[in-house]
Amino acid sequence: MKDMQPDARRPYVRPMEGWWRKNPFFVRYMARELTALVVAAYAFVLLIGLLCLAQGEAAYNGWLAVLRHPVSLSLHAVGLVAMAYHTWTWFEIMPKTMPPIVVHGKRVAGHVVTAVGVAAAIGVTLVLFLAVWGIKP
Amino acid sequence: MDKVIQIEVLRYRPEQDEEPFFQAYAVPFTDDMSVLQGLQYIKDELDSTLSYRWSCRMAICGSCGMMINGKPELSCHTFLRDFYPHKLRVEPLNHFPIERDLVVRPDDFIRKLESIKPYIIARDVRRLDQGEYLQTPAERDRYEQYSSCINCMLCYAACPQYGLNSEFMGPGVLALLHRYNMDSRDSGQAERKELVNAEEGVWNCTAVGYCSEVCPKGVDPANAVNVNKINSAKDFFFNLLRLAGGGK
Repeated sequence: MKDMQPDARRPYVRPMEGWWRKNPFFVRYMARELTALVVAAYAFVLLIGLLCLAQGEAAYNGWLAVLRHPVSLSLHAVGLVAMAYHTWTWFEIMPKTMPPIVVHGKRVAGHVVTAVGVAAAIGVTLVLFLAVWGIKP
Repeated sequence: MDKVIQIEVLRYRPEQDEEPFFQAYAVPFTDDMSVLQGLQYIKDELDSTLSYRWSCRMAICGSCGMMINGKPELSCHTFLRDFYPHKLRVEPLNHFPIERDLVVRPDDFIRKLESIKPYIIARDVRRLDQGEYLQTPAERDRYEQYSSCINCMLCYAACPQYGLNSEFMGPGVLALLHRYNMDSRDSGQAERKELVNAEEGVWNCTAVGYCSEVCPKGVDPANAVNVNKINSAKDFFFNLLRLAGGGK
C-alpha cells in the first residue's frame, strides 16, 4: 500500500514469496499458464516448417527428418499431454471469462460450457487427424 | 464437550512483536461449533488478548473472513468438526496488512469501493410524487448475483494479482461496479469507465478464477471482471474508429 505512512500501529505486510506453491489451486493455475507456452512453441515449429517449404523440397524434407527424430517424437508426446491439459483447463475457466449465455431465460451452467468446449476440441482434433491421415502419401 | 481440537492462531501484537508467530490453543468443541465459536472460546476461556473481527455469526455481515488452513473462509461458516482430529491453522486474510492478530486493515478495499460509486446514478432523478424506478424481473436477473456481495474481502485474499500489486482494483469491487453498470435504473457507466479501462482496472486480472471459488455468497467476480475486459476492449476499438472517422 503506497499511501501507508510510517504508522505507530505498525501494520505488518506479509511477503508473497512462493505464493503459488502454497495452494493446489494456484499450482494448477501456474500449470495452465505454463502449458500455454507449448502452444506458442508448436506454432513456432510449424512456422519453421513453412519457411523450409518456401526454401524448396530439400529443406522441407530436412524439416520432416528432424520431426521424425526420436527426441522430436518424445517432445511431441510431452507436448500432446501438455496441450491436452491446457485445453481442459482453458475450457474449465471459460465459463468465468465469457459473457453469460442465456437460453430460454436461464443462464447456461458453467459445466455445460466446459463440456461443450472440450467436446468441440476433441471433435475438431479428430476431424483434423482423419483429414491428415487421409492425405498421407 | 469431550473432543478437543488444536487451533493454531497467527498472532501479531504490534507493540511487542517484530513479526507474526503461531500460538496453539487446545479448544474443546461440539459438532455444531464454528471456527468463530472456537475463537470465542479462546477469547473467553484461554487468552483474552486475542483480537479478531466478527458480528452476525450467520454469513451475512462479512466481518469474520480469515485464512483457515490456507483458504479464505468466513469463520462463522466453517465448522471445527470438519478438521478434527487434525489441527487447524487460522491466519488473517491474505494480502492485507495485519493490524493485530486476525484483524486486517481494509482501508485500501474501502477506498476502492467508494471510488466506483457503488450506488444507482439515475439519468433522470425522479421526484417522490413520480414514484419508484420500475424494473422487470428479467432486468433484475442481469445483476442479481452481484448484489449478493457482502464486502467480506475473501476474494481479495484469494487473488494473487492483488497480493502482488495492491494497485489492482480487485475482484469484489469490480463485481460491484458491474452490478451497478448492469442495473437498468443506472446510467453511471461513463463515470465508472475510466476505472474499468485502467491497467489496474480489469486488465490486471489473469483469470486465476479463485475469487469465484471462495465467495461465500455465490457471486462470480471473475466473470464480472472478464466480461468487463470485453467491454473495455470494445470501448478501445470504438474510440479508434471514432478517431479515424474524424470524431473527438
